[in-house]
Amino acid sequence: MMMNNNSITPANLENIKNNLSYRAAFMLILKRDITIAFRHRDDIINPLLFFVIVVTLFPLGIGPESSTLSRIAPGIIWVAALLSTLLSLDRLFKSDHDDGSLEQMLLSPHPVFILVLAKIVAHWLLTGLPLIFIAPLLAVLLHLNENSYEALMLTLLLGTPILSLIGAIGVALTVGIKKGGVLLSLLVLPLYIPVLIFATSAIDTAAMNLPFSGQLAIIAALFFGSLTLAPFAVSAALKVSTN
Amino acid sequence: MNKPEVNPPPALITANGLTCIREERILFESLDLEIKAGEIIQIEGPNGVGKTSLLRILAGLSMPYDGEVRFQETSIASVSDNFHQNLLYLGHLPGVKGEMTAQENLEFNLAMHGLDSELAEETLQEVNLLGFEDTLASHLSAGQHRRIALAKLWQSNALIWILDEPFTAIDKAGVKKLEQLFIGHAKRGGCVILTTHQDLAIPESLLKKITLAYRFY
Repeated sequence: MMMNNNSITPANLENIKNNLSYRAAFMLILKRDITIAFRHRDDIINPLLFFVIVVTLFPLGIGPESSTLSRIAPGIIWVAALLSTLLSLDRLFKSDHDDGSLEQMLLSPHPVFILVLAKIVAHWLLTGLPLIFIAPLLAVLLHLNENSYEALMLTLLLGTPILSLIGAIGVALTVGIKKGGVLLSLLVLPLYIPVLIFATSAIDTAAMNLPFSGQLAIIAALFFGSLTLAPFAVSAALKVSTN
Repeated sequence: MNKPEVNPPPALITANGLTCIREERILFESLDLEIKAGEIIQIEGPNGVGKTSLLRILAGLSMPYDGEVRFQETSIASVSDNFHQNLLYLGHLPGVKGEMTAQENLEFNLAMHGLDSELAEETLQEVNLLGFEDTLASHLSAGQHRRIALAKLWQSNALIWILDEPFTAIDKAGVKKLEQLFIGHAKRGGCVILTTHQDLAIPESLLKKITLAYRFY
């Protein structure tokens, strides 16, 4: 009943074009990825639990002395955030690669960078955003200096998207490899260093009641740089990985 | 039957001098192909001879070692947008998400190709999946996964269908239905390129076979 006997004409193709706005394609992928994640909840909860447990281990190992803990709190929170992001990165393209939907995405009429950007945004909403909500609670546990909370939240807000964006490049490069997990961390962790340095420096500066807008501006620059460039790098890397 | 041969159907896909090398082994060398509208091309050959590699090269997923694939006279790399709008590729992986229901999978597939996702339910009927539309795909069989992937063929208005083993895990009635669909697509001016080890019940006038063979040195 669907078989219309009209021949396939360029007019039909115009219709297709009209149905393909960038925004619609972006929302389509975003919605799909979030739906899948909510049906597979351990993917969201595990990295979050990992974050909580790693941060909790430090007071247990180092001792409850508040001056030591508050000194190292920014570093602990940020390193734990890096590691828990790394843990969740695999999900970004792995299952799509394994079941063939990645090929379909690369061959879809949409520009690949839009689809990639949507997947990265979904990844951040599911892993980065929960970290931001839970970080202040863990900061209390670590006796973080009370002047530093604003800096902690702002650096996490600007910094965690960078982790997802840069991480996506690493996953895209290693997705075709059977055991790419270790390679992924070797590729990605060094690239996280600038974010770590400026984020912890901003939090330390805030603890001394000094302005930290300089560090924040650099993190913002890193964010916008990776936001505009990473999707293109990821699409190129995915094409190589599926070749 | 004297057809007016004034305008021979234009070649949709032409491949010039394709060479494919996998793991230091030449699968095929200097392969020339011309696929016109209205043709159904069956690529045959024993396992591991490079059928899937050829399809992936034609779809633009893999780069050939040498040579070029052209869509309507322009290289597919330079017209990828236009080419992708006219291409429907199904690899040996169905691209079905286990976490989504049959209907959600199909709706997504249709929407990704700019088609009306509201047609998903009636299209599921075409592939005998009515009654499973709200079942998570992870609870369905391999054949049913393939049916979900194939369902978008019924709605597709892409000219070029490239199908890698479309009949895997599909029952006999399903194969018959697909063959009719391919014939209809070819008659409407599209082309189908597929690999299968089955004999197709498709009229000789539409079907063209390309046989790949092992190369020995």
